[in-house]
Amino acid sequence: MSAITAEGVRPKRKLSARKRGQRVRIVQYAVLALLVLLAILFVDGRQVSQVFFRSDMVRRTISTNLPLAFLNTIAYTGGAFVVGLAGGTVLALMKLSHVGPYRWLATIYTEFFRGVPALIVLLTFGLLPLALPGLKIPLDPYGTVWVGLGMVSAAYMSETIRAGIQAVPKGQIEAARSLGMSSGLATRRIVLPQAFRIVTPPLTNELVLLTKDSSLVYVLGLTAQGYDLTKYGKDLSNTYANVTPLVIAGLSYLVITLPLTFLVRKMEARQARSK
Amino acid sequence: MSAESTTAVKIPTGNREDEIQVYDLHKSFGDLEVLTGIDLVVRRGEVVCVIGPSGSGKSTLLRCVNLLEKPTKGRIFILNEEITDPDADVDRLRTQMGMVFQSFNLFPHLTALQNCTVALTEVLKKSPADAKAIAMENLHKVGLGDRADSYPLKLSGGQQQRVAIARALSMDPELMLFDEPTSALDPELVGDVLSVMRDLAAGGMTMMVVTHEMAFAREVADRVIFMDGGVIVEQGPPAEVIGNPKEERTRTFLRRVLDPTHLPAPEDEVTGGSPSRG
Repeated sequence: MSAITAEGVRPKRKLSARKRGQRVRIVQYAVLALLVLLAILFVDGRQVSQVFFRSDMVRRTISTNLPLAFLNTIAYTGGAFVVGLAGGTVLALMKLSHVGPYRWLATIYTEFFRGVPALIVLLTFGLLPLALPGLKIPLDPYGTVWVGLGMVSAAYMSETIRAGIQAVPKGQIEAARSLGMSSGLATRRIVLPQAFRIVTPPLTNELVLLTKDSSLVYVLGLTAQGYDLTKYGKDLSNTYANVTPLVIAGLSYLVITLPLTFLVRKMEARQARSK
Repeated sequence: MSAESTTAVKIPTGNREDEIQVYDLHKSFGDLEVLTGIDLVVRRGEVVCVIGPSGSGKSTLLRCVNLLEKPTKGRIFILNEEITDPDADVDRLRTQMGMVFQSFNLFPHLTALQNCTVALTEVLKKSPADAKAIAMENLHKVGLGDRADSYPLKLSGGQQQRVAIARALSMDPELMLFDEPTSALDPELVGDVLSVMRDLAAGGMTMMVVTHEMAFAREVADRVIFMDGGVIVEQGPPAEVIGNPKEERTRTFLRRVLDPTHLPAPEDEVTGGSPSRG
């Protein structure tokens, strides 16, 4: 605009923003069309569907014992979620405690279990009876999975729940205390119910993650009765040298996770509206 | 007032009629001194309105009375029991003084009725049926008997504040503390809340009200306290403190409140920079 820049800069022919956008879109569609063309030319569709989606294998996968594996996955996930929720709540309250050592312990716990692969935690837990002979985790293998995965997810959930507790306005505690409620009563009756309402969407996301993490149980020595979806699919795939059972197992996870994701989006929209 | 100054009096007075007794109250937030030596006695049935500019410490004083703020120094007695005593049963003393907040602070996950009953059942250990009867009586008292099952967010600000008053009254307190109860309300909703408070005062409730509603203070208060800079500057009957203030600070404050446009009075316009605006 000023004289200096007008002299210094060589005038360049610039496209209008609308024209530029048009060209970018044309290039994007061209790339997509090219990819589709390559796929059609070089991929043998029948071979692919024979390996990944053979119809007789689909039937065999479903009829052998898919419902049991499906229920096992839900059982592993559900139990671990309950353990994680209880543990996460205790850890969150510890993090907000006036007692220093509680805060430190909770922080160490969280950082440890968030930083270590869940697979290793689960493996270690499965081998615990070696170190402590006589120790018998009840409801094996469910107990082992619930505690092992639950301990990991408690670490994640504690951070979420702590944030939820802190998101409850200070005035709520003041109102509760001014009615003569003790600190513990105010936490239980006034703060936690509101905190859990706030963190229901992120906790449901955690449930989705946990559903997928439950596939890690394949590292434990499971009997066929304890097979989860992944172990079940992998077993059949190995037996028949065909990937179809694994694909079916993968799709079965979507039956659980997609409705949950949908639910989260609904809840988040409702919370956004009520603000 | 200075003639009957409390400093020479026995502490506490030992008279249960002196429901709130505050002696040499100091409160600091970090380096900021908010209260610097407050002495105050509120008697049974008395309605005391505390006025003053923002930052004068009036809300802090009220919040110290039920120990939502911990005093830095000084002693406070409620119904002749020292609430500032480290061994005091603060929770029990708080059940005897209702608190109404500027921002209502209703519990959003509970209905209006449950807001009123939760402390009755959990703290006073009343049966659910008794609690409900008490709560309904108080909701009717504030004119909201028909909204008992509404959640707070479905109520207007004025209705929420009246539920908050009903919640405090349900505990059957000896005295009530109001922290700017109408400051967060739309102007057309202020009247409903003030009329509930007027009825309470007429019924003989001991009330300490931090407020900017000068008309209410003038009409309802037995005593008006003007605070500024963390001390009580002036106190007395409303006709004196609001009608004919002795202190210059009180006069300045009242001029600002009663004429919020802050147009300088004609005699203040000495610089003569702009023409007179009438």
